[in-house]
Amino acid sequence: MSYVWTIAEQSKGKLREVSFELLSRGRKLADKMDTKLCSVLLGSNVSDETLQELIYRGADEVYFIDDPQLENFIVETHSNVLSDLIKTYHPHSILAAATSSGRTLMPYVAIQVSTGLTADCTELDIEEGTNHLLQTRPAIGGNIMATIKTPSHNPQMATVRPKSSRPLPLDTSREGKIIRLVLKDELVDHRVKMVGFRKDVEEFVNIEEAEVVIAGGKGMKKQENFALLRDLAKHFDGVLGASRDAVDRGWLPYPHQIGLSGKTISPKLYICAGISGSIQHLAGIKTSEYIVAINQDQDANIFQLADFGIVGNLFEVIPKINARLEAYKKEAK
Amino acid sequence: MKLNIIIPIKQVPETSNVKMDKETGTMIRDGVVSVINPLDLYAIEAGIQLKEQFGGKVTVCTMGPQTATKALKEAIAMGCDEGILISDRKFAGADTWATSYTLSEAIKHIGDYDLVLAGERATDGDTGQVGPGIAAWLNIPLATYVSKIDEITTESITVERLVEDGYQVLQMPLPALLTVVKEISNPRLPTLRGKKKARVSEVPVMSAADLQLEESYIGLKGSPTKVVKIGYPKVTRGGQVVKAAGEEGVNEAVEELIRFLEAKELI
Ligand SMILES: Cc1cc2nc3c(=O)[nH]c(=O)nc-3n(C[C@H](O)[C@H](O)[C@H](O)COP(=O)(O)OP(=O)(O)OC[C@H]3O[C@@H](n4cnc5c(N)ncnc54)[C@H](O)[C@@H]3O)c2cc1C
Ligand SMILES: Nc1ncnc2c1ncn2[C@@H]1O[C@H](COP(=O)(O)O)[C@@H](O)[C@H]1O
Repeated sequence: MSYVWTIAEQSKGKLREVSFELLSRGRKLADKMDTKLCSVLLGSNVSDETLQELIYRGADEVYFIDDPQLENFIVETHSNVLSDLIKTYHPHSILAAATSSGRTLMPYVAIQVSTGLTADCTELDIEEGTNHLLQTRPAIGGNIMATIKTPSHNPQMATVRPKSSRPLPLDTSREGKIIRLVLKDELVDHRVKMVGFRKDVEEFVNIEEAEVVIAGGKGMKKQENFALLRDLAKHFDGVLGASRDAVDRGWLPYPHQIGLSGKTISPKLYICAGISGSIQHLAGIKTSEYIVAINQDQDANIFQLADFGIVGNLFEVIPKINARLEAYKKEAK
Repeated sequence: MKLNIIIPIKQVPETSNVKMDKETGTMIRDGVVSVINPLDLYAIEAGIQLKEQFGGKVTVCTMGPQTATKALKEAIAMGCDEGILISDRKFAGADTWATSYTLSEAIKHIGDYDLVLAGERATDGDTGQVGPGIAAWLNIPLATYVSKIDEITTESITVERLVEDGYQVLQMPLPALLTVVKEISNPRLPTLRGKKKARVSEVPVMSAADLQLEESYIGLKGSPTKVVKIGYPKVTRGGQVVKAAGEEGVNEAVEELIRFLEAKELI
């Protein structure tokens, strides 16, 4: 029986959280088929202790290809390497994260090894009898859920969104194998070079991987008022998001935009104020675990999707919430 | 230096006027018209601007039914030079693998290109897989999520791509394929002159036979993935809604919220 693989991600020698989330999904699939779960990491300068955590979080084996040329994500090289591994080891299925690199790498590899790929799966299962991977994903802005399978090609491949599953608890009694492999020279593609990295946005935040996102829309009225949301975000260690109207007005830069032409997020908690809840905005927040909305219009679309809604003036409500959470923290101490 | 640019665009159902059915919680799709995938407009605009700067030409192509000619004409009305429809009954049911194969062959057939610009993703299929797939088939350098083109010389193109923690600056030789995000441009509206031009322009059609495609690679038959089930989830969550009117009302609503957050272990 061939194995289930997950693609781990690293940045500057550290594993990204999503690597563990993928393992918790992969573990279920591997157990169901009674096979092994392997985590594949392409990167540079990752210590054995760091790799060991992949085992503590569910992997039976870790394949690590350690080379400075893999430090930065360059799709051509990374996919040559992954395709080569696939042709050597013939995994049953591969799960990767729907991140900027995963979403680039996997479709490239799908062509190189001639197999199917399903994007942004929310549910993964194994079909009894056939061992086909059943991949369920939202389509058309989340208005349809399609279940897809790849019946006659291998490996069966899927991407899943960050934060859409929780890592397994750290189990230091788990044992597994770490296999270090050497990068083959001929797999390095020299055409594309990374010549710089720009991080000049003051509050560059990764809203797709945040546990808590606090967003504002046109109802915030002006940029300065986002200070209210910033205060609210502090109570949750959350990050700021915005509707397209707020971004178009320049209140927050584009990487904060949530929705059809921005990011799709799946945080544990999404709080929004002064956002009406257009179809395009909702498309980006449907997979949030809990949604809290503050809007003065009781008919606003956003309330259809909210788990908790407050009909009221955000300029009265949010300062009160902030004060109350401040007091709450003190009580707790 | 001249730049020949090919832009694959997709026709999708327009969603901006779509309302939700409050009873069933599903989308009301009656009378929905088709438009150019809104995210492809950024690619079209970026392409037209490059042509204005460097000269050359912009060709848009789409794989779709006859009616997709409308999308190509709209792109011509914005300022693209030519449209090509890739259409054949045999293409029906193509997944991203088969679609990117078909489009890559069409691009080879059009030929003589320096740059391929695709949208980040289509708003209906919503995968973002076709752009990278085409690059893999063509074996040309790829940059996804491009937010800015810094420089183009005869040897190379330098672009910025939006990633989780900033912007990666990549340099690569031409021809290359970029998928672009909203930040790259601000799409213009069609002009009257453009509309006139679109009306009279011929849109050639390419079939599977014209492109000499491998039959086992196209349409439903050539698609590794198969849809086995479709479900219509309720969009509504039926959560609790409280009114916060007057100072008392606000205080009470905030207390309710705190209880909610506590119950869900969010604080
Ligand atoms: C192709 C396409 C793609 C799009 N992509 C996106 C996308 O990615 N993301 C996105 O967000 N939008 C997107 N849109 C735009 C979308 O259709 C809406 O225009 C947009 O989401 C509205 O933003 P908003 O909710 O901030 O503003 P509005 O719809 O104007 O809503 C403002 C809300 O604030 C409330 N409000 C005002 N004052 C107060 C107050 N004092 N207290 C409490 N509430 C108050 C009002 O009741 C209102 O409901 C897209 C549109 C198209 C056509
Ligand atoms: N049928 C098609 N014809 C032409 N271009 C397409 C087609 N499908 C997808 N594309 C291009 O690929 C991009 C990504 O689409 P998708 O992978 O379907 O989300 C789109 O923005 C288009 O640029």
